[in-house]
Amino acid sequence: MLWSLEIILFIFLLATAIIALEADQLLVAVVVLSVFSFLMALLFTTMGAVDVGFTEAVVGAGVTGILFVVAIHQTQNETRD
Amino acid sequence: MTRPVDSPIVVYGSRLLSPYIMLFGLYVIFHGHYSPGGGFQGGTLLAASLLLVRISSGSKIAQIQFSDMFTAPMAVVGVLIYFFTGLIAILAGGQYLNYELLPLGDMHGAELRYWGILFVEVGIGLTVMGILVSLYDNLVIGEDND
Repeated sequence: MLWSLEIILFIFLLATAIIALEADQLLVAVVVLSVFSFLMALLFTTMGAVDVGFTEAVVGAGVTGILFVVAIHQTQNETRD
Repeated sequence: MTRPVDSPIVVYGSRLLSPYIMLFGLYVIFHGHYSPGGGFQGGTLLAASLLLVRISSGSKIAQIQFSDMFTAPMAVVGVLIYFFTGLIAILAGGQYLNYELLPLGDMHGAELRYWGILFVEVGIGLTVMGILVSLYDNLVIGEDND
């Protein structure tokens, strides 16, 4: 029923994952990783696991983003590799 | 954080948003047995409402909302609530966390299980909120804004 929506979500999921891996600025990677978590939460919800999706949306898109930003401020913003 | 943003829109926006996120977290904790959610998700929402003010207006102002002295004791209180809920069930003659044997007035059956799981979820929520805020406070401990 929702297969077209799921395919669109999967395409965006792959795009955000590749951008998060290839970004030079770590702040960009953190923001895109939050988008990845939110898309993952939407996918969990379409699969019927509402509780897992809720946890992923709250933890992945909310708190870990803040903690990553703080960790980047403590170290450096650019990647070496 | 290092540089609190000077923009009043960000500061007042986060201050306006914070109590509503906190209210939604309380709803998720206290409604967790009927709907998706529970102690962990509600505690994370409570922590997110505190972290929003902390990250937007600096640690010094955020101490007025919730002091970092109280985070670790609150987590300990949550663990103790969980532990003693289970222990009282043992002392009443049952298994650990057997809510049906909690001595709560003249309730029994489903209503007693409802209240027992509510106590446990409140304990989990307090612990998760305290630990997440304490993680943030310990990460920014070296760089107080001046």
